[in-house]
Amino acid sequence: MASPSLTSSPSARTAAHVTADDIAALAAGAAIFGTGGGGAVYTSQQITERAIREHGPVRLLSLDDLGPDDAVIMMSGIGAPTVGIEMLASTDQVETLLREAERVAGRRITAIMPAEIGGSNGVSPAGWAARLGVALLDADGMGRAFPEATMISTNVAGVPCAFAVLSDVVGNVVTLRTVDLGWLERHARAVTVAAGGICLGAHYLLTAETARGAVIPSTVSTAIRVGRALLEASDPVPAIAAELDADVLISGKVVDVSRRTEGGFVRGSITIAGIGDDRGRLQRVELRNENLVVLEDGEVLATVPDLITVVDLETGHAISTEMLRYGQRVSVLAWACDPLWRTERGLELAGPRAFGYDLPYVPFERKDAR
Amino acid sequence: MSAVRDLSIGVDVGGTNTDAVVVDATGSVIAWTKQPTTEDVIGGIRAGIGAVLDQLGEDRDRVSRVMLGTTHATNAIVARRGLDRVALVRLGAPAATEWPPLTGWPADLSERVLAGAAMLGGGHMVDGTPISPLDRDGIRRFLDGLGGAFDSVAVCGIFSPSSPEQEREVEQLVHDHLGTGTPVFLSQEIGPDGLLERENATVLNAALRGVASDVTRALVDVVAEKGLDVATFFAQNDGTLMSLDYAVRYPVLTIGSGPANSIRGAAFLSGAANAIVVDVGGTTSDLGVLVDGFPRESTLPRDIGGVRTNFRMPDILSLGIGGGTVIDPRTGAVGPRSVGYRIAQEALLFGGSTPTLTDAAAAAGYGIAGRSLPPLTAGRRDALAAGLARAHERIEEAVERLSLGRVDLPLVVVGGGAMLVPDDLPGAGPVLRPDRAEVANAVGAAISLAGGRADQISDAEDRDAAIAAASEAAIAKAIQAGADPLAVEIVDVLETSLSYTARPTIKVSVKAAGPLSHLAAPLPAR
Repeated sequence: MASPSLTSSPSARTAAHVTADDIAALAAGAAIFGTGGGGAVYTSQQITERAIREHGPVRLLSLDDLGPDDAVIMMSGIGAPTVGIEMLASTDQVETLLREAERVAGRRITAIMPAEIGGSNGVSPAGWAARLGVALLDADGMGRAFPEATMISTNVAGVPCAFAVLSDVVGNVVTLRTVDLGWLERHARAVTVAAGGICLGAHYLLTAETARGAVIPSTVSTAIRVGRALLEASDPVPAIAAELDADVLISGKVVDVSRRTEGGFVRGSITIAGIGDDRGRLQRVELRNENLVVLEDGEVLATVPDLITVVDLETGHAISTEMLRYGQRVSVLAWACDPLWRTERGLELAGPRAFGYDLPYVPFERKDAR
Repeated sequence: MSAVRDLSIGVDVGGTNTDAVVVDATGSVIAWTKQPTTEDVIGGIRAGIGAVLDQLGEDRDRVSRVMLGTTHATNAIVARRGLDRVALVRLGAPAATEWPPLTGWPADLSERVLAGAAMLGGGHMVDGTPISPLDRDGIRRFLDGLGGAFDSVAVCGIFSPSSPEQEREVEQLVHDHLGTGTPVFLSQEIGPDGLLERENATVLNAALRGVASDVTRALVDVVAEKGLDVATFFAQNDGTLMSLDYAVRYPVLTIGSGPANSIRGAAFLSGAANAIVVDVGGTTSDLGVLVDGFPRESTLPRDIGGVRTNFRMPDILSLGIGGGTVIDPRTGAVGPRSVGYRIAQEALLFGGSTPTLTDAAAAAGYGIAGRSLPPLTAGRRDALAAGLARAHERIEEAVERLSLGRVDLPLVVVGGGAMLVPDDLPGAGPVLRPDRAEVANAVGAAISLAGGRADQISDAEDRDAAIAAASEAAIAKAIQAGADPLAVEIVDVLETSLSYTARPTIKVSVKAAGPLSHLAAPLPAR
């Protein structure tokens, strides 16, 4: 049942592949893009490696590889991490999801893409693509991790979401046609609760034409590259910073962690005292599930939607907000978000004010850049 | 006839040595010994208990209890030795079928342990809704298909910690089908939420049954041989004790009891109830925290012999810093290689050619009596100084991590490499170096309490009822483990809220502990 496009589209000639050996790097990189959130990558990494070993490498398509007959849909896991560690996905769940999406769309879907590159949702789609026998688009809908359905690039770009499909562990499938992303968030949440707290979701059917300018390009391959630098470099932090075009804002010791859980969100701040060359400096990172703002001496150094990740000073591995502890030796990395998030609509959806911070958005620029 | 029966024997069966101590009601160590651990375990226990009984002489009749701590279970997993074969039934299909059992296990271990696994209908959602009907016929067919080639059955149902009835029904089903001689292990009794980790822990627990039986039998046999009229207990990894039949059912709970006993024993010997303890060995330094007499526990998943598990464990931080850790003679870089037990041949201090942290400590003035360093070049001296400074930094960092910013906590230093820790470690409180630290493990076993923990998930509105129910279950577990029903108390309540549930839902986890009911005299202050 090969699509006619496979022989004529550029994808057949130029596509790169994601192999099982790439997944450890993808997981480490996706955790970096998680900016403190996005869920733990460990179990996703294991099952994704296994799926690719079993079904073979996954074709990784760039936006340019998409042909006229290609159709792409975003996929992600939705729900409570506390449930997600216990009630895991069924073998058929992702297949059920894709078939229903194809039925509603009335066409074959040739590729999937992560809705969110940050955290476990950036890792799992590679395994799902292997299992489904479809390609993976080298792009995602956030370029990082975000907590809400409205905070997605396609919404910024004004691409309508014609439908969304959710499938649960039991085999139930629900198709939603909502008037906008706000309503989708509300209805998807209700369905997810009924499904026991966790679902797989597919939404935003895209083509070569609609995807361009509406997704964050190259994020899968970048995550793999960043992860590889992290795992292979003898001095990982500068290596990651170089790959990301990021600044190391400070290297130091966590001297205060103030954190509370509020309505399913982790909220709070950590304070880092500089060590080595940064001795005498003090920075505060504000967080709500993700790292959102970095401050030093009352000055805002970086804010959401620019990316802020706290990593282990020695290993370079990302430390999620719930894993931050007093005394950890860390580096804070910051780098620029995709230009889409810096538009008026992007900042309205995911700027500092969208997270309750009464701060103007100051675009992050590298100071270290030579 | 002596009326006073106020002595406890603590025994620690380690990989190398079996230590035994006698502790009296005031908490003084009145006899102690170190004997080599034997292949059959019983030889070391016999030698250890025999030696301290000889030291007691006439006072041996005052001994009323024997507590044993051991790393035997850990060693059995690491060495793949003496493990039982386990049939695993997971309940909850079709949920979790994308994640087959024992994913991520080292292949040689899973081949050794797993007789077979089935993912069958059953299990519950977080709110108690059944995922699918329990597949009773499927369970019988699966077990019949294995042709009896297994020692025990492990059962792991999705959300069994909050919906426990179904696993119990399956236990009954297996007993009805195969007879009560087949041991059945239920995941709800082993670990909290986290399906794969709890399932792994349940399978490991089942696999360790034979090993645990061997050690408990050895203890019972030695006690009988010596004609002792005593109650016998096993040390758990949370600093509490369990009865021997309990230890055979829950051998994983002994994993990590070595460090837990070491932390409690060392702190007890130093007189501290709240402290950070660092045990500096030849290859690693293990650090832990004692909070109100109990080792602080970790909630993070951790690896046991390459298997990821989530049962409660003491919060131990291991550094690759020990007396035998090798220093690069050019750069001063530290480890991770260690000469280990060959330190007595390879270190500079012993006439060898490998610079180690022990040599660096000697060069800084913390030597070993009767040993002196060969003449050193200035470059080598600098490398040793740099290496020791690096080791101090890493220990300081670890102490700070564990202290969570409290600088008033004493730092108790024990172990053969204790000279690597300076008396003025920045970020640490007063440094204490107790006597008898070489048998801290066995002392820790001798001063343990009996305890138990239970979890409950409920509507947030029913919070008080949930805490009451969990408390009742935890107290029942503590009493089952040997605690005095009149003296057992709740020592810890953890509460977490769950999102994406129809109504606000919380999970409470309660721990109870108390002195042993068999005690004639109160336990020494903890």
